[in-house]
Amino acid sequence: MSVKKFLFKFSLILIVFLTLVERSFSLEPKEFVQSVANEASLILTKNFTKEEKVEKLESIAEKTVDIRGIGYYSLGAHRKNLSDDKKKEYLNIFEKYFLKSFSSRLAEYTDPKIRVDSQKKLNEKYTMVSSVLLATKEKPEVKIDWRIVTKNPEKPLIIDVVIEGVSLAKVQKEEFNSIIQSNNGDINALLTSLKEFINK
Amino acid sequence: MKKFLIITIASILLSLSNVNAGTDEENSLSKKNPGEIKDCFEKVNRGIFAFNQGLDNAVFEPLAKGYRKLPVPIRHGTGNVLDNLSTLVTIPNNLLQGEIKKAGQNTVRFVVNTTLGILGIFDPASGLGFAALEKEDYGQTLGAWGVGEGCYLVLPVLGPSTVRDTVGMLGGTIGGGDPWYNVTVAKDTHYFTDFDYYGTRATAGIDFRAKNIESFENLEQNSMDFYASVRSLYLQDREQKILNSKKIIDTMDDGDWEEIESD
Repeated sequence: MSVKKFLFKFSLILIVFLTLVERSFSLEPKEFVQSVANEASLILTKNFTKEEKVEKLESIAEKTVDIRGIGYYSLGAHRKNLSDDKKKEYLNIFEKYFLKSFSSRLAEYTDPKIRVDSQKKLNEKYTMVSSVLLATKEKPEVKIDWRIVTKNPEKPLIIDVVIEGVSLAKVQKEEFNSIIQSNNGDINALLTSLKEFINK
Repeated sequence: MKKFLIITIASILLSLSNVNAGTDEENSLSKKNPGEIKDCFEKVNRGIFAFNQGLDNAVFEPLAKGYRKLPVPIRHGTGNVLDNLSTLVTIPNNLLQGEIKKAGQNTVRFVVNTTLGILGIFDPASGLGFAALEKEDYGQTLGAWGVGEGCYLVLPVLGPSTVRDTVGMLGGTIGGGDPWYNVTVAKDTHYFTDFDYYGTRATAGIDFRAKNIESFENLEQNSMDFYASVRSLYLQDREQKILNSKKIIDTMDDGDWEEIESD
């Protein structure tokens, strides 16, 4: 083999390799959601105890959900009045609350099958992924949309799940706001409620 | 006299709601600030909500659990009959919203399911390729016409609503917009009685409750303020239904997501 031919082949292999590497790093939001859904579905289908399921789901959420982002969003306008220390305290409590609430909600499901259909880029930060929770004998098909943070294309993260048009992040935001409002705008009331939920 | 009362109640309720019908290209609903919830009667609403929860625990939940023990074909048949009856309200609302094609499709669906489907027990229309039934009501029509939702209300027994949806419901029943109500309660046809109407309404409530036992339990267990969660779910769901959009992002305001960036 001549040096020229060798160099040509080497360059070709290098280009193919680099393309593959590039593809594997910038994960498409659609593929990301399907892989997260498959991973969660596998856990829910297997014969684990509820506690085991909760533990495994929490570990998936820690890797794939923008918990900090949801925490900020859920506070709404109230976050502007918080000191840095209070913000830190809130985020710390919120993470524990979120993981408990999220995993216990999901752990009730058995064998959910999700089919991801399409994605729509909203802007540089967010992409919406549309999917369907397939119908079973008992329940009809459910439309689920996922808001994905794509600020870092190498690490997309879920920041909201919209079920048949109902945004779960918005429900949470309005619930938090209601607790703060009914306690004369005192954020500590929310922190107390969150702690009570964690220790429940 | 009855009609006068209805018109008076509807006018008072509508004056409480923010009527903002306009000819803007964009629906005003999509422009409203998503953070604003008009819960003008929150204290009363929370009281009625607690009463409804008590009633649900004592009556509806046990009935729904019993209903769930019935064989699947019976439950499916019951659900189909109720869906078929609801088409009678959907069709006039399709027309009022200018959706002539849908009104036609739903009329054929109703005729096919009432005849071939034996009073709606079976759903041959779906088998013939008709699109899934999208239920419409008078509250949705008012919303589509640009009437704002007004204050959030919790009705005794019936649950979450808004001023607009309550006006729509009154118009749809007592006002004569529901053919099933007309032939059972409003007019003495000798074929049906009041019991037929109220029986189907109660069964529809139990059927809905039975289909959502786990979801309700899950939501209640995972809520710190169950009232606020149900309120948010109801209002978001209505907004989505009024816009009749399959695209979720059409109903979402991205403004409050963008704000996260400022931190």
